[in-house]
Amino acid sequence: MEKVIDIQHLSKSFGTNEVLKDINFSVNKGEVVCIIGSSGSGKSTLLRCINLLEKPNGGKIIYNKENILDVGHNIYEHRTKLGMVFQQFNLFNNHNVLSNCTVGQVKVLGRSDKDAEKTAIKYLKVVGMEQYVNAKPGQLSGGQKQRVAIARALSMEPDVMLFDEPTSSLDPEMVGEVLKVMKELAESGLTMLVVTHEMGFAKEVADRVVFMDKGVIAEEGGPEQIFNNPKEERTKEFLKRILKEI
Amino acid sequence: MEIKWLVRIWTRYWPMFIRGAGITLFISVIGTIIGFIIGLIVGVIRTIPISEKKGKRVLSKCINSLLTAYVEFFRGTPMIVQAMVIYYGSAVAFGIHLDRLAAAIFIVSINTGAYMAEVVRGGIISIDRGQFEAAQAIGMNHVQTMINVVLPQVIRNILPATGNEFVINIKDTSVLSVISVTELFFQTKSIAGNNFRYSEAFFITSIVYLIMTITITRILRVFERKLDGPANYDLLGNQMQVQKIENMLEEDSSLRKKA
Repeated sequence: MEKVIDIQHLSKSFGTNEVLKDINFSVNKGEVVCIIGSSGSGKSTLLRCINLLEKPNGGKIIYNKENILDVGHNIYEHRTKLGMVFQQFNLFNNHNVLSNCTVGQVKVLGRSDKDAEKTAIKYLKVVGMEQYVNAKPGQLSGGQKQRVAIARALSMEPDVMLFDEPTSSLDPEMVGEVLKVMKELAESGLTMLVVTHEMGFAKEVADRVVFMDKGVIAEEGGPEQIFNNPKEERTKEFLKRILKEI
Repeated sequence: MEIKWLVRIWTRYWPMFIRGAGITLFISVIGTIIGFIIGLIVGVIRTIPISEKKGKRVLSKCINSLLTAYVEFFRGTPMIVQAMVIYYGSAVAFGIHLDRLAAAIFIVSINTGAYMAEVVRGGIISIDRGQFEAAQAIGMNHVQTMINVVLPQVIRNILPATGNEFVINIKDTSVLSVISVTELFFQTKSIAGNNFRYSEAFFITSIVYLIMTITITRILRVFERKLDGPANYDLLGNQMQVQKIENMLEEDSSLRKKA
């Protein structure tokens, strides 16, 4: 299988706080990988390192056979190949729904307005928000905002989608609509890396689940293994805690 | 103050008042616009993240300290003093005789620029970090992020402060009379000097200033509302449904009437 992202000995610290310690893991093409773990375990930081929103302190991130941490690597071009969906949506407040999805295509990829619009509408339809093209972000609900954010990322036609706790700041009743869209995307064969607290989603959709604890990958494997027969004591404890809450 | 003198001065000298008001408006409009642009540029440069390359870092430090010096100097000294230094100073030191109007616009512009630079910096800082991150995540560099995402939001947010600056400029151009710019204050002094009716002449001038500032404030308010866009949005391809609901309501009320 072809490795899209291959991370080797990655480390990251904020000051003296070591957030990631010697991380090794890879994502194959077409795979859906869910990263789970308690808050502060480094899940989001790992994701943000992959598109260089955080600068790692050491190690390698091989993306399509190129180390993106090499000096002189074009990080702006690299970022266009990864779609990012944030916990706080981060839709551009000065743009309406449509131009949120077109501005990157036109300004960064150099597409024409017409092509960009066509692509944007296509992906807005995928997330079921095509009726709202004229709305401003402030006029939408949380779930709608997050669906537009997914369409914005898809409009750049990235190779990999990164989701950073996409449902964590949503009201419970809006979580479903976002997860449904993500499930459809996963089924379409898109490569996805999802940091999530939605264990049900991870269990159902993921090809592989990675459990992180205190800056290291404690355990990884198929969802069956992680959720039903975890080998590590830490994983068992975490799952027990999380499932009790639910 | 006598009413008959008010009337007499206005009917006799109104073209001079209007001409003075015109110059005042001209200097403050152009000065505010140029100052606004200077402020945007300085504000953007001062918020560029510090580069990791050593050469770039030294360069950006140099530019930043120069810009800080600029802001501190022009915010920290009175405009009337700057006008004297720049206009007479350039003549004595370099033998350059600036055109009075050009000098006036120059002074108002860099003065406004110094104030607006801080306003813009504050505006940029107040934008949520997520907006920068989202722009970067789709591959935009600092300049693209600023132009397409951050500055449009900053400009909307700092419009009230800009209006403030505009009003201050209209009033403060009066200090430019020290370099004999024929703006409203200077004209009023000449008018008053003709007949020694100072209170009447300056009373008329105060009204003229007031008309200018109030008009400008109103215009900016309209502009703000225009930038905010419509308060509601239309759903596309969903008119049928809207129609149905309206029909339902109508039917409902007609049913109720019958009942």
